[in-house]
Amino acid sequence: MKFVIVLVWAFILLFPMLGIEGGRFVWDRVLKVMAVITAAGMLVLIYHYFLKGLSFRPKTFDASTKYRPPRKLLIGLGLAGVLALPWIADNYTCDIAINVLIYISLGLGLNIVIGLAGLLDLGYIAFYAVGAYTYALLNTNFGVPFWLALPVGCVISAGVGAFIGYPTLKMRGDYLAIVTLGFGEIIRIVLNNWDSVTKGPNGILGIKAPGLFYPVVENGSIAFAHLYLKNLIWMYYLILAIAVLIMLAVYRLNTSRIGRAWMAVREDETAAELTGIHTTRMKLYAYMLGAIFAGFAGAFFAAKVRYVNPSSFIFLESALVLCIVVLGGMGSIRGIIIGAVAIIVLPEMFRGLALYRMAAFGGAMTAMMVFRPEGLLPAKRKAQEVEMERKTANIS
Amino acid sequence: MLSVEDIHTYYGHIHALKGISLEVKEKEIICLIGSNGAGKSTTLMTVNGILHPSEGRILFLGQDITTLPADKIAGLGITQVPEGRRILPRLSVEDNLEMGAFLVKDKKEIRKNRDEVYELFPLLAKRRKQQGGTLSGGEQQMLAIGRALMSKPKLLLLDEPSLGLAPLIVEKIFDIIRHINESGTTIFLVEQNANMALGISGNAYVMESGIITLKGPAKDLAKDEAIRKAYLGED
Repeated sequence: MKFVIVLVWAFILLFPMLGIEGGRFVWDRVLKVMAVITAAGMLVLIYHYFLKGLSFRPKTFDASTKYRPPRKLLIGLGLAGVLALPWIADNYTCDIAINVLIYISLGLGLNIVIGLAGLLDLGYIAFYAVGAYTYALLNTNFGVPFWLALPVGCVISAGVGAFIGYPTLKMRGDYLAIVTLGFGEIIRIVLNNWDSVTKGPNGILGIKAPGLFYPVVENGSIAFAHLYLKNLIWMYYLILAIAVLIMLAVYRLNTSRIGRAWMAVREDETAAELTGIHTTRMKLYAYMLGAIFAGFAGAFFAAKVRYVNPSSFIFLESALVLCIVVLGGMGSIRGIIIGAVAIIVLPEMFRGLALYRMAAFGGAMTAMMVFRPEGLLPAKRKAQEVEMERKTANIS
Repeated sequence: MLSVEDIHTYYGHIHALKGISLEVKEKEIICLIGSNGAGKSTTLMTVNGILHPSEGRILFLGQDITTLPADKIAGLGITQVPEGRRILPRLSVEDNLEMGAFLVKDKKEIRKNRDEVYELFPLLAKRRKQQGGTLSGGEQQMLAIGRALMSKPKLLLLDEPSLGLAPLIVEKIFDIIRHINESGTTIFLVEQNANMALGISGNAYVMESGIITLKGPAKDLAKDEAIRKAYLGED
């Protein structure tokens, strides 16, 4: 039933974008797109019920009785597909894939701050900017190579994270959100106006791509040759490696002591403190770690585009990353991957709609809030939480 | 073990504790009783470091802990079961318990402590995957106590464990408190339910608007005319 409502709604939403062209209606295009959406929706629904049917068992709390596709196989297939992508896709697709991976890294970092520690951060992109500018400045001024600038960028991002975190972490909820929002803007404005260092709105040109030394045998002795990873394919593998690294880190963190401490802080600060958790320090850790991941992504961004300017780090970007986290499902790695794909790829697909694509985007986000407040693929814990809130709402 | 010496605590401008002194000896149960707003919870909060006294000092095992932050004090072996239980409602029973073991770094020890808690509260073992918030009040209190025991505290502070529970459950909880004490944990109990509290305690203190008005062995206080009138509902 809901599905039909969504369809009608999608129709109303998409109609002005697809149907009106040059002052007249173009019905066939609308119908075609609607047909595709309907078919896709049906497929998802069928898949959903199919899985449900398979997993139907007497109700127990033992999760192992639930049907699960063999996990290793899925991961293997996914990995193979991801590795093969640059060889089978064109440059345009590859570029978008790189973008998606950048945003996955950012989303996972922000997820630590918001999803695990429960601190609403609206200025997250500032750390991304710090990472990018660190590499840009170090490289253009001192010729520091990427691999050295990467850890330096992380340290500086973490430092900035701690610097902003320390005075603000006494605030909660909305107030924290406002302060972080302001902080994000401050960083951008500083970058924009500090002409002598950052060259202001002109940005920094001539950043070198990351290099790689590889051994070659020359006249019987081994020498090292240097190769700049300028190629899009190399960039793709580099960001893939970074994203996978971050994924592994987040996966481990989720079940670690610190991860649990973050959740406790999110749930009830006083109770957390009474069990011996240094709550301020935990929040600082969350901030710093989130900042480090953003710093990674930022340094990569600068190395890939080989040009940075402040307009890459506007508030909209923070909002976009936040959307990824919320859309995908807070606290879930899979969810964030899906979220990043959706947020980056969908607008690309709607590029033909030009100005309207952001409206479609907003519509999709609103639909999410109505129909799946826990996100597309929420973390198990989070899904339970939303479910429980519904139940308690029903009772009261 | 714990000695509180003439502490004064303020909530902003409100002078909540006006010179409280008390003594907790190793392996005993002491209770602090009094009516609403007397300052019982404030006393506990000052001991565990959420609040800090403006005057006086607090010694634990000979160490001055007056100005230590809450997490350090927890690290020394003082754990509190907070008023109103304050379990983490959206995490599972097991996650809640593991939370309590935050200070224990050894995984084997955590597992051992958890099994002991499950032994003490078989009900929790049955509900280990359930969310804390879906438990009944009594079960939540058990979970809160279990969580506090996960760090193997030397001194357990209990703030109104009987709050909002049915009389039968209250008796069960107090049985468990006695049991915990018998296995070697010192207990500092704050209660409004004076009858139950005096029943299991060795020494007792009575508090009224920020000062201690009476103290002595719980048995004697339970016979005291004034107490019977004020807290035990007799006339």
